Amino acid sequence: MQYLIAFVTGGLICALAQVILDTTNLKAAHILVALVCLGALLNGVGLYEPFQKFAGAGALVPVLGFGSSITKGMLAEAERLGWEGLFTGAFEITGLGLAASVVFSSLTALLRQPKK
Amino acid sequence: MQPEEYQQLVLHNSPRRPLVKNAIMAFLTGGLFCLLGQVFLDIATIIERTEMEAAAVTLAAMILVGTILTGLGVYDEIAEIGGAGAAVPITGFANTVTSAAMEFRREGFLTGMGSKIFIIAGPVIVYGILSGFIVALTKALLTGLL
Repeated sequence: MQYLIAFVTGGLICALAQVILDTTNLKAAHILVALVCLGALLNGVGLYEPFQKFAGAGALVPVLGFGSSITKGMLAEAERLGWEGLFTGAFEITGLGLAASVVFSSLTALLRQPKK
Repeated sequence: MQPEEYQQLVLHNSPRRPLVKNAIMAFLTGGLFCLLGQVFLDIATIIERTEMEAAAVTLAAMILVGTILTGLGVYDEIAEIGGAGAAVPITGFANTVTSAAMEFRREGFLTGMGSKIFIIAGPVIVYGILSGFIVALTKALLTGLL
């Protein structure tokens, strides 16, 4: 059941983004940045946690979840460390993925040429 | 021909973007990525100690998936079909990093790959941190955390 909920919620977020992309002059970059900011905001007002409880990866995997994870990490670290946490917490949850993305992307670039 | 007339002509003759079909394809593509993410999240929840670690591992696993699909040249084809369904999941973020790394490697390792690896993904990181910081600071001050 959780799989179906994740599929549908994640799919709906992407379909909504596609409709905005098709009906306005906004570029993909605008929408991605808007989603990441929205995720950060929704976490701050306490709406993202219940949403993620309900939707699981359907809330975490879209880039909204990335923004939410940044706020969540900052608040968790601020609780632990004080003001320093507002800075170090940015990468508390996302850091693993960011560093992994640098490492694996570089490795991929060494091994493979772009098609074209 | 006046510019306005030309605009009208372009609007009239350009193919109508199939709104519904695009939305359905985005729904299916994005949904499938989230379904895969749910598999990782379930596994990570068993292995990792905290909810935050499980989320971190899930994001990293999805990033790895996006990187591998990009390296194999498959992600571009998925993006062709899925549109926003391929761009909005975190795998799309990984796709932009990996394709920038592959693309700019030929301009050298320092000024090419090193400088430009985040050329597309950069705004998401920058504005994610900025908005997160503002929100977290506000909340911390309001709740008396700081």
